[in-house]
Amino acid sequence: MKTAAIRALVHNDLRLYLTDRRAIIVGIAVPILIAAFFGYVFGTTGDAGATAKIPVGIVDEDASVVSRAIAADLTKEAMIEPKSLTRRAAEELVRSGKLQVAAVIPQGFAMNATRALFTNDAKPEVTLLIDPSQTMSGRIVEGLFAQHAMEEITKAAFNGSAGGAGLADVIDRLDHATNVSGQDRGDLKALLEAAQRLNSRDPSAASGQSGALQRGLTIPYGVRSMPITSGAVPYNAYAHSFAGMTTQFLLFGGIDAGIVLLLSRERGIWQRLRSAPLSKSEFLLARAVATTLIGLFQFTAIYLFAIMVFGVRITGSVAGFAVLALLLCMLNAAFGLMLASIGRSAGATRGIAMMVTLLLVMVGGAWVPAFVFPKWLQSASLAAPTRWAVDGLDAVTWRGSHFEAILVPGAVLALTTAVCLTITIWAFRWDD
Amino acid sequence: MLRATHLKKEFGERKAVDDVSFEIRAGETLGLLGPNGAGKTTILAMLSGLMQPDGGSVSFGGHSARNSQEELKRRIGLVPQDLALYEELSAAANLQLFGGLYGLSGRPLAESAARALELVGLGERANERVKRFSGGMKRRLNIAGALLHDPELILLDEPTVGVDPQSRNAIFENLEELKRRGRTLLYTTHYMEEAERLCDRILIIDHGRVLADDTVRGLLRRLPASKSVRIEFDDPLAAERVVTEVAAMPGVESARAEAGTVRMDLADLGRGLASVLSRVADLGLPTSSIQTAEADLEDVFIHLTGHALRDDAPGAAAP
Repeated sequence: MKTAAIRALVHNDLRLYLTDRRAIIVGIAVPILIAAFFGYVFGTTGDAGATAKIPVGIVDEDASVVSRAIAADLTKEAMIEPKSLTRRAAEELVRSGKLQVAAVIPQGFAMNATRALFTNDAKPEVTLLIDPSQTMSGRIVEGLFAQHAMEEITKAAFNGSAGGAGLADVIDRLDHATNVSGQDRGDLKALLEAAQRLNSRDPSAASGQSGALQRGLTIPYGVRSMPITSGAVPYNAYAHSFAGMTTQFLLFGGIDAGIVLLLSRERGIWQRLRSAPLSKSEFLLARAVATTLIGLFQFTAIYLFAIMVFGVRITGSVAGFAVLALLLCMLNAAFGLMLASIGRSAGATRGIAMMVTLLLVMVGGAWVPAFVFPKWLQSASLAAPTRWAVDGLDAVTWRGSHFEAILVPGAVLALTTAVCLTITIWAFRWDD
Repeated sequence: MLRATHLKKEFGERKAVDDVSFEIRAGETLGLLGPNGAGKTTILAMLSGLMQPDGGSVSFGGHSARNSQEELKRRIGLVPQDLALYEELSAAANLQLFGGLYGLSGRPLAESAARALELVGLGERANERVKRFSGGMKRRLNIAGALLHDPELILLDEPTVGVDPQSRNAIFENLEELKRRGRTLLYTTHYMEEAERLCDRILIIDHGRVLADDTVRGLLRRLPASKSVRIEFDDPLAAERVVTEVAAMPGVESARAEAGTVRMDLADLGRGLASVLSRVADLGLPTSSIQTAEADLEDVFIHLTGHALRDDAPGAAAP
């Protein structure tokens, strides 16, 4: 092994990298910018107030006490920003993308909903006009509407005039029903008449004594969200976005190294290198070491910035973080060498490599967390080394996991590196 | 020092090098002269270990190159035809890499790089980026890149391509200095005057075969005529007519028309020229100039390789 020659090649590659300001900017500043953007968009540091409210339209065709109360309740929700609209205006705004969802409360909603509480009569139908690109917003509005509608409808059933009329109508129909047994009819009638009596009392006289009925039926429990992280440091969404973007841009760095190698084959410098007493394995080793060192430089610079400016912390194993960084940089170097080995021309190889890399980082959850993927894609993404890299970095940063947590991700990265290097050694054209 | 024996190389169905044998002696400068696509670069690639021959062998100092590739590479310096430089780096940084590839480091490397830069006249530009250099300076640095490990044999593949006359002269002075220092040079070119000025011996190659292997004087002796006459006519079309008239005359070895000029090779200048001029006078064609000259390497080259235009043949270049 000719260490002086390998050292000279490594030194030269580092020198070339440091003289290329564009490469440094692309490799460090761009991932920082994109990670900052993703980190901000996907939750920042858990500050819900900083998240934009969903614009929602309310089309109240019923114009009843109940429908107005539902609309009023919705205005108090933190996640949405409702406004009253006509149906035509709501459709227009949803179509143009200015409104994500609009709920249309049909005429007769309050009366029919109260009746449907106690009978098999057809339920009134609330229409949600949804921007197809914002289906998640539709589900949020559907949930909130259900919660407030249930509350206001039951409240009206036991307190309001519409509810009283509805109950009277149901009792009347129960008296004439032929498909109900005598004992059931008696029990049901007693229940409905009790509700009718409650409804007929003066609401103001009952206040303070029957608050539950005054409010209608509500969800009988509360929910408290408790983030489970290392405990010492709160969740920081930038930690995930920096893990993803660092992985992506290190892969880009590997591609660049491979392309530079392919281009050098077409230049006189290749003959100079080949005419030197240097073996294929020594040459490949030098390139792998240089690309790994450049990757580590990028990795360190990006994470230093993330730590100092965005408050990202390595709350888990620092040794695990360092091992993952090294393995990831080695993988990218091996990936670049593999491209240079199997690629025929720089242009075509760059295009294909970029496509594969973007696919790997998307599937690997580098852009958005993998849990938002469909189930099959979540399973498929386990085949992408990028998924393991991002998961591993997540584990030792914001999850605060111990060294053991990076054993599997590390093994996957090491195995993939070995595969890339095997292909490189097999396919690299040195003697032609 | 270096012996090539029955070298063969084929690219597909084309024979780029076909049974080429020659020897380079220590301290000698051998010119490899041939038209584009003749096989010069392919021969150089096989000598320097960049390419394995399909047949034949190369030996250096009596040892087969196939069995001692690394040793061969240590004793040879290659100056590729394409510039083999990192333009983003300084001249010194380039040489540090090239020396490092041969195991040099530290002070010996620095001294070697300084010597090489001095030799090619770039000592004061050592720390400048190569991309700021002129074409001639880059060519000189390209030569310096092959000298770091003090090779016994330097292979130069058309080292003056694309440079101005001043730079070419500077490169020649560099190479002559290397000759004075006892280096063995193998120099490929298609410029006759370069080969005449620099080479002790010349190998003329065409279609992958050796057509001649001799000194310049020996090559000139191969010509059927040692004197040539150039007659320029006022009427450019007259040249063709004169060639037809004089080609078969006694004493005229060959005659050809080139851009309004008739060029003839004569066995005996006195008798041959008198007959030719008499015939031209009979034809009533006014001449604008008449020149006589000794045959030169270009005459030998044309005599051996013919007049047909050569395009670069595919696959002729080294990897």
